[in-house]
Amino acid sequence: MEAMPRPRSFATARQREEASERTSLLQMDFMLLAASLLLVGFSIYTLAVTTSGDIPGEPYFYAIRQAIYVIVGIAVMLAAARVDYSRFRELRVGIYAGMLLLIAAVFVFATATRGTRAWIELPFVNFQPSELGKVMLLLALSAFVIDRVRRDGEGRRTLQILVMGLIPAGMVLMQPDLGTASVYVVITFAVLFIAGTDWRHFLAIFGVAAAAVAGAFLLVPAVTGEPVLETYQEDRLTSFLDPSDDPADSSYQINQSLIAVGSGGKIGRGDESTQSQNGFLPERHTDFIFAVVAERFGFVGAALLLSLYALLIWRALRILTMSKNLYGSMIAGGIAAMLLFHLFVNVGMNLGIAPITGIPLPLMSFGGSSVVAMFLAIGILQSIYIQARLTSKSRAPAL
Amino acid sequence: MMSGGVSGGAENRQASRFSLRIAVLGGAALVLFAVIFLRLWYLEVLSGDEYLAEAQDNQVREFTVQAPRGEILDADGKPLVTNRTALALQIRTDELPVGRERQAQLLRRTAELIETPVERIRKEIRLQTLEAPASPVTLERDVPYKLVYYLSEHQRDYPGVTIDRIYVRRYPQGTLAAHALGYVREINEEQLAEPQWKGIESGDFIGQDGLEYSYDSVLRGVNGATRVQVDADGLPTGKALSTREPEAGNDLITSLDVDVQRAAEEAMEARGLPGAFAAINVNTGGVVALGSYPTYDPAVFSKPIVTESTYERLTAEDQGNPLFNRAIKGGYPTGSTFKPITALAALDSGNVTTTEVIGDSTGFFSVGTQRFYNAGQAVLGSQSLQGALQVSSDVFFYNLGFRTNSQEPDGGALQEWARQLSLGSQTGIDLPNEEPGRIPDPKWRNELYADGLTDREWTVGDNINLSVGQGDLAADPLQMAVAYATIGNGSDVMRPHLGLRVEDPSGRTVQEITPEPRRTVEIEDDWRQTIMAGLEAAAMSPGGTSYGCFGNFPIPIAGKTGTAERYGYEDQSWYVALAPAENPEIAVAVTMEEGGFGADSAAPATKQILAEYFELERVDPGCGVETGRIE
Repeated sequence: MEAMPRPRSFATARQREEASERTSLLQMDFMLLAASLLLVGFSIYTLAVTTSGDIPGEPYFYAIRQAIYVIVGIAVMLAAARVDYSRFRELRVGIYAGMLLLIAAVFVFATATRGTRAWIELPFVNFQPSELGKVMLLLALSAFVIDRVRRDGEGRRTLQILVMGLIPAGMVLMQPDLGTASVYVVITFAVLFIAGTDWRHFLAIFGVAAAAVAGAFLLVPAVTGEPVLETYQEDRLTSFLDPSDDPADSSYQINQSLIAVGSGGKIGRGDESTQSQNGFLPERHTDFIFAVVAERFGFVGAALLLSLYALLIWRALRILTMSKNLYGSMIAGGIAAMLLFHLFVNVGMNLGIAPITGIPLPLMSFGGSSVVAMFLAIGILQSIYIQARLTSKSRAPAL
Repeated sequence: MMSGGVSGGAENRQASRFSLRIAVLGGAALVLFAVIFLRLWYLEVLSGDEYLAEAQDNQVREFTVQAPRGEILDADGKPLVTNRTALALQIRTDELPVGRERQAQLLRRTAELIETPVERIRKEIRLQTLEAPASPVTLERDVPYKLVYYLSEHQRDYPGVTIDRIYVRRYPQGTLAAHALGYVREINEEQLAEPQWKGIESGDFIGQDGLEYSYDSVLRGVNGATRVQVDADGLPTGKALSTREPEAGNDLITSLDVDVQRAAEEAMEARGLPGAFAAINVNTGGVVALGSYPTYDPAVFSKPIVTESTYERLTAEDQGNPLFNRAIKGGYPTGSTFKPITALAALDSGNVTTTEVIGDSTGFFSVGTQRFYNAGQAVLGSQSLQGALQVSSDVFFYNLGFRTNSQEPDGGALQEWARQLSLGSQTGIDLPNEEPGRIPDPKWRNELYADGLTDREWTVGDNINLSVGQGDLAADPLQMAVAYATIGNGSDVMRPHLGLRVEDPSGRTVQEITPEPRRTVEIEDDWRQTIMAGLEAAAMSPGGTSYGCFGNFPIPIAGKTGTAERYGYEDQSWYVALAPAENPEIAVAVTMEEGGFGADSAAPATKQILAEYFELERVDPGCGVETGRIE
């Protein structure tokens, strides 16, 4: 394949024809579909029962909007599932450039929300390009990395991919949105990792990164007099280490979240969930929705929720192994890593073991951009699955 | 599944490395899930109860509902102290937003709201939290309704700033009886630690002086409490968890008579000299009027903060130390008003009889080289007891002082009788911080001498001085009123009391206050009659020391002037009266610092008190008629 400028599937032309003739959606991974639908169902229900008093006169303000986002998301998912994801590889340059443009657009059009310019106001919704950018980055980087599998030396490839990943990450960081930027970095590393990058390269990268961070924190303030991180960023990153130490804002959030989660107990407090109902829990419909679930539905509910994520990630990893080509594996692996990172950082933040970063809980947190982007990712997973099944049918036995 | 065309070895290496990577990714997923599950298990299952308690703590707030304090009324039910409700703007420091900058911002906006410098707010918070750390800081009393509405609509913008209905003590009679009534203030930190105030919480108001202090447990109600569910901003969610209604305090009905009290205070004020008065019922000890001049406005203590300068003004010597209650702490020599006590002592100890005549041809009495003169060195001639009291012959009583002298540590009959009649110790009135005063005796002086604080031991001269109420005697008007009341009723040393009865808020009497006499003394009838006749003649008969004052008084009274020499001051004016003379109801004692002769200052004031007490109209308020002879 090294001589080929474009990827080719193993399937013969006849088989491909056959596949496109049939309704490929029936070949979907229904476990994956079920997991994602159950999650958004869980999300809408939780929003409905929790935020009913938030907007006077509109008890289901958040639930209805989330439902609309979900419907759009499902449509996107189905559309993506029908497309042969391999086409994205052909469009890699366009996708990458589009992503950069989208992210750059926020600096021109965006309105600042709580000091962060991450949203573009569209006529009906606020659109957060950096969410969609995550998936786009993954699609593009995976393609680039395969391009360079043989063509370049491994070290050079690693460096190129790293730079391509860090450019959008840096742009997002400037919004400033530390959480999302870190997702971009994670996606970059996931792609490098699955592509089989030498361990030593990772070691080198971490070495340089550590030195750079140390240098930045020591030198930049000394030279410019300006701290590297915004104060609120630093607070948020460090306050989880000892939340009761100082009841300032960030630790307040962590404390309230811990109380919410802990008070849920084994079976939850239902409508007696005072933490989430009476405003103690901040950002309960977005970043802290896991704490809401934990308080309302208890350990049982939270464990069920986590099981759905486990199912999601398991299916992603399984699709990784099933994929008919390396590109599909790269994408599936990247999505799995992204989900895992989102899950751990968000839930970890809710449980007081990870710093506060504005990373949403996939498919649960209220927010159109995030929901649609996640559904897009799942649609691509479905596409990889469908393509693998179509191919394996012709090549049986399946994996 | 790798692309074809790769050589076998490379493909295998590639494939195995890929599998390893997938395994690592899967392993990482497993580890992360395990961490999250363990943490979740720890929080929800193992620590669930603790966090549940914290969550409940978070959302329950107890709002104290202040109980109105009982009222204080005079004997006719006229109000002396009542309450009014005030809307107070308070800051609950424990509910202020977290963070220095946000707090500063809130205080700035609050300052704008009530149009006061933010420094003042900070100062109030500092001072009031120093006094009562856990209670809300009151910034303004009587907030206008406009502000109340504004704040209730914008409560979320002012976390910790609340409008509360509080009760403020109101004094319908102004400064009247301020010393007797006392005042209330928030319990301070020292008091919180005292067993006496057990069960009282920081922020509660307690009586700090006067009747408010003595009857605090009666007057203080039981605060109510509403436990409500609140949201993160501390605002009630509308769900009340439990409510305990406040119980109003009981009312105290006193024996005071507002009109007599006012007449007395006006008489004091008219003269403008520091002094005090006490008027008690001879047969019950009920205090009809009690006061000290200069006085003060008890309402100053209703303010959240009593400033240093206010307090200084209330205690400054050059202002007459208005806070000082001279009626029960005065400690003055009493002058000739002491003479009836000397008479009783001499009669009881057999040193004189009711009829013995003691000659006075020189106007002085000599012991060794020492001469003790009559006032003005007058020569009053031979007198028996009754006449000696009427004209206030010093020489007569010098004799009795000489005769009753004793070198025993506790002294002789004079000291014993003074003690019996409540001098030199607390009368036991229902007010705090009463001063015992002093009855000079050999023990007292000899101890001072031993300590080098005086130049000589006890001599008969001391007793001679005491016999006419001069020298080291220290007594206050209340003590003198009690002593005279005993003569008036013939046997009972009353325990004076202001409290008459306690009524619950519905007006039902829950307690009658009728203290037993502290002791009874044996006064033989003819002693009493002789003394009373002497005192009546002093007031009502020509030649009597206060005849000019009371000669035309419609009701015969028995009264004694006193002019006490006080070291470093002009003479102290005294008057003590029993009225009516025939069958006394009331004992009145008045003293004025630097008032000169008893008949000049204290007697006219007594006259006004008695005129009001007997509701006499058209009584010449002054003592126009010159007596020609004063003591």
